[in-house]
Order: sequence, then C-alpha cells, then structure tokens
Amino acid sequence: MQNRNTKKKGLLAVVLAAGLAFSVVTATAPSASAATKITKIGVAFDLGGRDIPGFNQLAYFGARDYVKTHKGVKIQELQAALSDTDATREERLRLLATSGSNPIIAVGFTYASSLKIVAAEFPDVKFGIVDDSTVVLPNVQGIVFAEQEGSFLVGAAAALKSKTGNVGFIGGVQTPLIQKFEAGYAAGAKSVNKKIKVQVSYLSVFPDFSGFNDPAKGEEAARGMFDNGADVVYSAAGGSGAGAHKAALAMKKWSIGVDADEWAFPSNKAYKSVILTSMLKKVDVGVLAFINSIDKGTFKSGSVTFNLKNGGIGYSTSGGRVSSYKKKMDTLIAGIVKGKIKVPSKPAM
Amino acid sequence: MKSRIFWGIVAPVAAIVTSLLLISGILLLKHTSPVDILKAMIDYGFSPRNIVAELNIASGYYIAGVAAAIGFKMMLFNIGIDGQYRLAVFFAAVVGGLFTLPPVLHVTLIILVGAIVGGLWGSIAGYLKVKRGISEVISNIMLNAIAAGLVAYLLQPTRLGEQAEGSNNLNTPIIAPSGQLPTIPFLGGQIHGFIIFTVFIGLAYWVLLNKSTFGFNLRATGLSFKAARAGGVNAPKMIFVTMALSGAIAGLTGMGTLLSETHSYSISFPSGYALTGLALALLGRNHPVGIAFAAYFWAFLDRSAGVLDLNGVPKEIITIMQGTIVLSIVVAYEIVKRINKQQEQKLVGSASATLKVSATTEGEASA
Repeated sequence: MQNRNTKKKGLLAVVLAAGLAFSVVTATAPSASAATKITKIGVAFDLGGRDIPGFNQLAYFGARDYVKTHKGVKIQELQAALSDTDATREERLRLLATSGSNPIIAVGFTYASSLKIVAAEFPDVKFGIVDDSTVVLPNVQGIVFAEQEGSFLVGAAAALKSKTGNVGFIGGVQTPLIQKFEAGYAAGAKSVNKKIKVQVSYLSVFPDFSGFNDPAKGEEAARGMFDNGADVVYSAAGGSGAGAHKAALAMKKWSIGVDADEWAFPSNKAYKSVILTSMLKKVDVGVLAFINSIDKGTFKSGSVTFNLKNGGIGYSTSGGRVSSYKKKMDTLIAGIVKGKIKVPSKPAM
Repeated sequence: MKSRIFWGIVAPVAAIVTSLLLISGILLLKHTSPVDILKAMIDYGFSPRNIVAELNIASGYYIAGVAAAIGFKMMLFNIGIDGQYRLAVFFAAVVGGLFTLPPVLHVTLIILVGAIVGGLWGSIAGYLKVKRGISEVISNIMLNAIAAGLVAYLLQPTRLGEQAEGSNNLNTPIIAPSGQLPTIPFLGGQIHGFIIFTVFIGLAYWVLLNKSTFGFNLRATGLSFKAARAGGVNAPKMIFVTMALSGAIAGLTGMGTLLSETHSYSISFPSGYALTGLALALLGRNHPVGIAFAAYFWAFLDRSAGVLDLNGVPKEIITIMQGTIVLSIVVAYEIVKRINKQQEQKLVGSASATLKVSATTEGEASA
C-alpha cells in the first residue's frame, strides 16, 4: 500500500518515545495497570476501512508496527458500514472483546457512545478511541490530535509558495473534525500573507461520506480553485486528495497531502513533482503508543493529545520542495509549541 | 390462488439458494469451507443478544420496505426514502428536544412530526410527477441530496445542533425522558418499543391496500393509469397521495433508534435505507408478511457479517450475497410470471372452449 522504509520506522520510534514522554496526558483517574500480555489487537474501523489511505489505514499501521516487533500477536479487524447504528458499533466492539482482543482500538469519533457502554462491560479490556475525548472511563484512552497545528504549518508553506496570493482548501466531508484542518490552514496562510485569499470547498456533507474517497470530485474541486486563481491546494479529504494532485499536475500548480506523507505513496508516483508537502497526523504513532503503554503497564486513562510539541503532528519534507522555508517553519513551530502562536480550531464564520 | 402463494414462496427461496450456491463457489475458490462459515454465521447470528439487535434493525428495515412497497404498488420507484427518512428523523429529533410534554403526548408528537415531514418531502416528488411529468426517480435522487445538505446545514452548532466538549460529533439536543419510548426486555436484551408500531404499520398497509376503496384505486392506477382513469379514479391524485404516503412511512424508519436508543440525531445516525427498502419490497413481493421475513433475513445477514471478518473472510461477501439475491429474485419473479401467464392462458383457452360448446348447444336448442 504505502512505502514506509525501515529507517523512517526507526525515526518514528524515537519520535514516539519522545512523544510518550511529553504527551499531554489528562488523566482522569489514576488506573494502576500492570503490564498486560498482548495476544490479539482488535481494530474497529470507521467508514472507508483499512485499504483507503487515511486515518483508518494509519491506525492499522500502528497496530501492525507493534505486531512486527512482537511475533505471534494477531490483529482482528472489523469494518464499518453506512447503515451502522450505535447498537451495531456497540456489537462490533463487543465481538472484538469477547473473541479475546485486548487492547481494542476504535477508529473514529462515531464509536464514542457505543464505547461508553462496551468499555464498562469489559473493565479488564483496554480501549483506545481515535479522535474523541468524551469517553471518561478507567480503561479508555482518547487518542486525539491537534490537526489545526499541522494544518497551520502547511498553510504557511502554501502561502510562501503561492505567487498569486490565492490558495485553496478541500475538505472531504463537512464535519467539525475537518473544519479544524480548515481553520488551521487558513490561519497559517494568513500568518504569512495577511491579504491571502483562501478558497474553501467541501466535497460532500454527511451522511454522504463519499467525499473521503472520490478522486473525481477532488479533481473537479481543485480544478475549480486553480481556475479561480489559486496556485496551491490542500486536501484534507482522504482518498479524494489524489484527484487534487492530478489536477495540479495537469494545470502545473501545487498540491498538499494529508495524514500520511503522500509524496511517498506508490499510487502517487506520477504526482511527485506537484506534491509540495503533507500535513502529518500520525495516527499510527498514537495507536502504537497506546498499545505500547499497555504492554509496558504505563497505560493511562483520559485523553492523550498528539501535537507539534510531542511530534504526533507535523509536516513532511519529502521531495525537498519546502526545504527553503525551513527557517520560517521552525520559527512557526517554536511559536506554536511555546504558545506564542494561537492556532484556531474552528473556522472564522 | 393456492398456486400463487406457492410460487410466491418458491421464488424468493430459489433466489436465496442461488445466491448461497454462488457464495459457496466463491468461498471454495478461496479454499474456505462454506459449511463452516455458514455455521459460524448461524451460531453468531442466532445468539440471544443478536436476535434482539436483529429485531431492532429489522424493524427499521421493515418500515423502509413497506414505504418502498406502497410505491411499487403504484409503479412508483421511491428511491427518495433516504432523504424522506433523514429529514423526518432530524426534525422529529429537533422538535422532540425542544420541550418536555406528558409522556404519551411527547412521543406521539415526535412520531407525528416524523410522518408529516417525511410525507411533505415525499409529496414534492409526487407533485413534480403529476403536474410537471418529472420522473420520481430523478426528482427523488435530487431531493435526497437536498435533504442531506439541509440536515448538515441545520445541524451546525450555531443553528439547531450542538457539539459536546472534546467530541467531533454534532447532535441535536437530547430528547427529555418524557419523549423516550420504553424498551421491551426480551432474551436478556432490549427491544425498541417502536416495534409495536412497526407491526401496526404492516397491518395498516395490508388493510389499506386490500380492504379499502383507496387501496383498490391505488392498485388499479398502478396496474393501468389509463384504465383506472377511465374507470373514474382520479389517477393523478392517487399518484400524488401515494408518493406522500410512501414518504410519510419512510419518515418513521428511524423512529425506533431515535425513541429508544440515541434520543438525538447526530452525524453517526445510520443512513442508506432507500436501497435496502427497495430490495426488501422486491424480496418480500410487496406483501406485509413477505417483507417482514425479508427484513429479518437482511438484518441477520448484516449482523452476522461481523463474524466473517474474524474468520478471515471479507464481509463484502454479504453484500455480494444480498446483491445476487435481489438479481435472482427479479429473474425468478419474471419466470413465475411467465409460468402463471401460460397457465392463465390455458385456463382461458379451456374456459372459452366450454363457452363455445355451451353457446352452440344453446343455439341448437333455440333453433
């Protein structure tokens, strides 16, 4: 699926160790947890599933990375469907728990209310939930990300690269989560160029989640933005982002990827020349940290926020197209980490 | 009459068997034993906890199926169930969350809002068809998109929705306990109280269609618009009313989940009922009992699909199975239709022969 060389893995491990040390842990109840012998890891996916690049896939990679270094550990995966009710999601988590998975990772905030019920039923099983921090139970950890911070950085990079003073943002589905990406991106672009124009477009509205996996829609939206004078477009739209890359290639503009380093995707080989950078939301790091904490007996309930400070969020430099902005980017990172730059998580209305 | 019931059962069973054979073939190609998989599905799907869940899911499916069936009887393809359902359950949740009322009144109000909103949304397509000649398929698909957009717009925290701290979900305010429908304890689980209404909807559908003038007019218009019109039926009005009625029923699809489970509408509320409803109406042959079996079967498949993933079989195989069932059912009904026609022709043939004979004898007698 995705080209991930081992060197980078080593680096990730370092980042991860650092991340763990600095993680903003808001522990609600100190849960004394002894090290657990992990034999099966359960993963309940959100819509789209493991095979589409994005946070589902990264969550899987996190579990897979653990399995790579721990022989004999199995991963049990369950997929989501559009017709899912909370009861269906509940049952999915319960099925994983009863068939021996511990820990279990629920990918996506849609699992929150189901997890509240199932986690209470299985106090000995540890649960991690990606993108939600509302489940407060001694055996649950929320794995959340400061997406706006990374988006701020790629927004700044887009503004630095833009010659027209006009950049675009493509969101997959209009939800508060994706609006965090938008807010950070617009703020980042404006921090570099106050007068910059930021075009915003969402590909679909829920419950139509096709916007996360529709390259044709992504291409159309990107073309529209390029026609309207933009020369850099950032897509926080999962699989649809490939369409934006395609449009950028055809119209000789720039495209920015999301979640993972899209420049390194084999499927994006043809678009390498137009991918400026990618906003990195390291769900894999978050999930691996969660699993490791159980393995080592350092699990903490509450929510763990991954951000620029602990390396759970970042931007990619593959291809070297933003290397000339390194100084500026480092200043911005320092500003955000120190709290001098406040990054909004909601778009200006 | 007897043979009609017989064929009505044979056709869906044949369709299910066909799809089972196809799936077995695919599984064998993947070197997996179909018997083991089927056994795992049955063991899991018929565990008490899952039977309860399946009944709850099936209850929603059933209502969508009836909504589709009432359209089919009029030769209307109501693909707008999705939009009607979504808008209805959204507004029902919003109105329900506004205030507290005496329990029975509160629940009744929520259900009524759902039916009315769904009915109004459905009637748009009905109006466009009758007055402007626009195919209900086209207008309904567009109305689905509009409904989705409208709900997404209104669910924003600045409008009718709210967002909990630390959550990425959006939801409508929680409905007060007076607007929640109690559940029925069964097999250690909780069945949505709305299942009683579901049964009632099925009964009402049967009575309306078979025992009322309205139902007769509806079926007549569905069979032949021109003939019904010539027979004194206000056919355009019938089309409009049927579309609205189908929408009103579709508007009740999510009520079980809303009233007994989530008590609010949110991003994670289920969707995708239109295609399921249409498939179930086809499989159940628009018959209230047939649709009930089909709905439970569908819920069972959906539910037990989870165990396939754990056995290393992609659960998409269930989608393939559901797809082939729908395809084979269409084929099977077509075959049955032809067989019936042949039989009818034979009957008509022999009847007219006897008629001829009696006519000649009469003629001879008078001569």
